Amino acid sequence: MIDKTISGDKALRQVLDGQTIMVGGFGGPGTPFILIDLLQQQGTKKLTLIKNDANEPGMGISKLLEADQVQTLIASHIGLNPTAVAMMNRKEIEVLLYPQGILAEKIRAGGAGLLGFLTDIGVDTILRESRQVVDLDGREAILERALRADVALIHAAVADPVGNLIFSKSARNFSPLMATAADTVIVEAEKVVATGILDPDQIHLPGAFVDHIVELDELTPEYGVLPQHAL
Amino acid sequence: MPYKMKIAARAAREIQSGQVINLGIGIPTMILDYLPAGIEVFVQSENGILGIGPRCSRGTEDRNLIDAGANYVTITPGASFFDSALSFALIRGGRVNITFLGTLQVSANGDLANWIIPGVMAPGIGGGMELAQKAQRVIVTTSHTTREGDPKILAHCTLPLTARACVKTIITELAVIDVTPHGLMLREIAHESSLREVQDKTDTPLLFPAEEIPWF
Repeated sequence: MIDKTISGDKALRQVLDGQTIMVGGFGGPGTPFILIDLLQQQGTKKLTLIKNDANEPGMGISKLLEADQVQTLIASHIGLNPTAVAMMNRKEIEVLLYPQGILAEKIRAGGAGLLGFLTDIGVDTILRESRQVVDLDGREAILERALRADVALIHAAVADPVGNLIFSKSARNFSPLMATAADTVIVEAEKVVATGILDPDQIHLPGAFVDHIVELDELTPEYGVLPQHAL
Repeated sequence: MPYKMKIAARAAREIQSGQVINLGIGIPTMILDYLPAGIEVFVQSENGILGIGPRCSRGTEDRNLIDAGANYVTITPGASFFDSALSFALIRGGRVNITFLGTLQVSANGDLANWIIPGVMAPGIGGGMELAQKAQRVIVTTSHTTREGDPKILAHCTLPLTARACVKTIITELAVIDVTPHGLMLREIAHESSLREVQDKTDTPLLFPAEEIPWF
């Protein structure tokens, strides 16, 4: 019987110095905080991280930035993390910023086995200076290359042992895309239920994309409501 | 009424029932508070929600339910959740009827600059570039001038553009201005203001309609 559950330590040992890691989440929701903590404790270095944002100081991937484990960050907006912005401005990390949907699509393309795509987003802006602009039937378009990673770290609400995943509300965001675009996909799940229990119509990501499932015993405070964003 | 509320209240009247709208950070997030009765909208959020409602009161938050500005929000009947690629298919595919955005500068031909101040601020564009370029209608909601009193509405933007010739309407505490092929046309003027004040605080010539200009 297929059982992809594994301990967090064992799963994270597959992440090596210099690798490219996709990290799910948009702000707090969907961020795999416990897998990130394990990666920080493991001390893996020279990482390239791909995440929509940089979380906030002292939280999530900011811990990896602050521990000098990150060489390059690929994101769409890091404005909620002044620590990351300061590190970018001091050139302590390289930061590559893409329009959010273009970042999502680059990951989607990587996961779908495509090499890239053409878009007119940003073609009239300074973005073109750092992009390859091509002619498409007389129109200018930016060539965006697909993105893939060595490892994806994903948070799911529910998983089963074969790797089927269900996400919760706005915690879905980049997670199902990233889970298609990495060679090794490590998922932390709030709940693991027996195979066959989940309604196939309700599954957000089929298990074939998932390599390892780490069942979370309890959630740390970072997963809760963050008072700084409440009324 | 504080100027931000005045802008939000006026902006709410641009919305028609059944529309899909997206609200940027700042003044745009206040627009829902002024939605006229009977107007039903679907508020889209870049992080994968269609059907956002008002912000959560304290103690009612769901840890997995935030808008793109990280605020805890409610959802409205008929809401749906989806991933980021689908969320931007909605945006780039042209399904967003109106996007309300704040700005640093906006020009006479509708160029928008709201994401970089060179050497000062460049945290990334997020979803703003795709919204500005692909929403059916871009409405800028902004104070008429900067905190220092400098005009934000200019002949040409001096800051890096978010998107070219995308803005259709500008709503400030002083005026409602449409971007037309002939230039910026004053559509409405605030009770507290005057034609002279609006023109003085706008760094490009305004066009005035032949008929009387309504107040708001």
